[in-house]
Amino acid sequence: MLEIRNMTKTYNPGTVTELKLFQGFDLTVPDGQFISIVGSNGSGKTSLLNILCGSIPLDSGDVLIDGKSIRRQKDFQRYASIGRVYQNPSLGTCPSLTMLENLSLADNKGKKFGLGFGVNKKRVDFYRDQLSGLGLGLEDKLDVKMGSLSGGQRQAVALLMATMTPLKFLILDEHTAALDPKTAETIMALTGKVVKEKNLTALMVTHNLRYALEYGDRLLMLDRGKIVVDKAGEEKAAMTADQILTTFGQLSMQ
Amino acid sequence: MTDLIASTLTQGFIYALLSYGVYITYSVLDFPDLTVDSSFPLGAAVTAVLLLRGVDPWLTLVCAAAAGALAGLCTGLIHVKLGVRDLLAGIITMTALSSINLLIAGSNLTIERAVDTIFVSAPVMAVLGGLTLTGRKLVVALVLALVVKLVLDLYFRTKSGLLLRAVGDNATLVTTLAKNKGNMKILGVVISNALVALCGGVLCQEQRSYSAVMGIGQVVFGLATVIIGVSLIRFFAGSRVSCRMGKIPVLRFLASPKGTTAVLLGSILYKFCIQIAISVGLPANMLKFITAVLFLLVLVAAGRKGEEIIHA
Repeated sequence: MLEIRNMTKTYNPGTVTELKLFQGFDLTVPDGQFISIVGSNGSGKTSLLNILCGSIPLDSGDVLIDGKSIRRQKDFQRYASIGRVYQNPSLGTCPSLTMLENLSLADNKGKKFGLGFGVNKKRVDFYRDQLSGLGLGLEDKLDVKMGSLSGGQRQAVALLMATMTPLKFLILDEHTAALDPKTAETIMALTGKVVKEKNLTALMVTHNLRYALEYGDRLLMLDRGKIVVDKAGEEKAAMTADQILTTFGQLSMQ
Repeated sequence: MTDLIASTLTQGFIYALLSYGVYITYSVLDFPDLTVDSSFPLGAAVTAVLLLRGVDPWLTLVCAAAAGALAGLCTGLIHVKLGVRDLLAGIITMTALSSINLLIAGSNLTIERAVDTIFVSAPVMAVLGGLTLTGRKLVVALVLALVVKLVLDLYFRTKSGLLLRAVGDNATLVTTLAKNKGNMKILGVVISNALVALCGGVLCQEQRSYSAVMGIGQVVFGLATVIIGVSLIRFFAGSRVSCRMGKIPVLRFLASPKGTTAVLLGSILYKFCIQIAISVGLPANMLKFITAVLFLLVLVAAGRKGEEIIHA
């Protein structure tokens, strides 16, 4: 279980651009829940993910995993149980390494990075298998440098890499926003499949209301650091894109 | 003439060690490290002092590399743990080290003929005893340059080496792999400066002298060799010859040369350019001037002004 308790976060404190984003924010995420998070720009979606992952510090409050505080853990320590896919496809892979080298790095997550050979030839078949599951024809491009692949292909590999080793949480930060509609569809379908297969707890920030409704079993809408809509289970299933849009409209009128 | 070519080649091979070091920081890690200007004479200082105390010449090189590693560790720690910008972290260590170098070996030291260097050490004489000193220097320098290159190539293929390359390429990914990117940066700067100091040590034995100012301009030299080498190889990799070679299994490994091969060639080429400049009558005092001008020419000719050369 993931808990955020009484979190506060203020950007640029004491200046004219001071922004009190979170003031006593609470959120509890049970194991295995897939949450879609929507909200306008500046509503705190990405800040929330960054605080969870330790990329930015919180001012007060606490973040707990299974009852234990992770507030003092550095970002790289937290990623031991977290996988993350970014909006920018180039953040998930190394452009000047080959796909095989990239996958080998991801495959070794959680183990020692010592002086053994970086690429394990015995795993190549496994990688091919995983890649062909993407349906993008990437299985024959293991020796191609990652940087020469398209954004969609890179994002697919990034998702594969983020979920290759055992993990608990999957953080998706608008991970389909930079892709064309067809590729976005492929990546989303893949995301849903991986989350289900590995029984992951997932937090997905998205601007695509259809994805927010279609995927996941809980929907949050944030506005200026507050949760304004929180629907789970059947309540969520009954929601429509129009309802969300109406709420959006009401918020922006205020 | 043959002697001149042999000695220029020797210089190229010895300085290749420094180029490998600069390649690791500048090209692999994307870390502009200025420690080099002081860790280079540091290696020479340690070697000179130990040689004069009668320490085995090969052992002095190990000590030189260790001293360089320590210098790199300082720069790495200042950057990563104290949060000082990479460029400034290097400048701080470089400045502090120049005093340490004076403390270790003064401003000048000469290794007299009675002291054995690696080029007249027992193992070298046993194998290469039939050659002249110039010949031996050439062979020893070549072997050193190739052995270090092969070890580095192997290292870059290990798990640790992959992670090191990943840090310069995409540090965010290293963090999401639950690894501390700071530690990897420190490791890279340590390896780099160990190589630079090793180069200083070998050069000190080759010319039988140490000088506190021998480090001036070495960063520029290193960068120039990296940029020459990498540009040449990019040019080659995009050529028809490379494409044809890629189709022949035996020659395939030559078709896309490694970064270390690039800087080895760059180092040799650069030394030849400088030698030619001196041969046509430019005074030796103008050496650093030539180095700088040549670097500028290389940057402009490569058409990248040094910005995109990383991650070759």
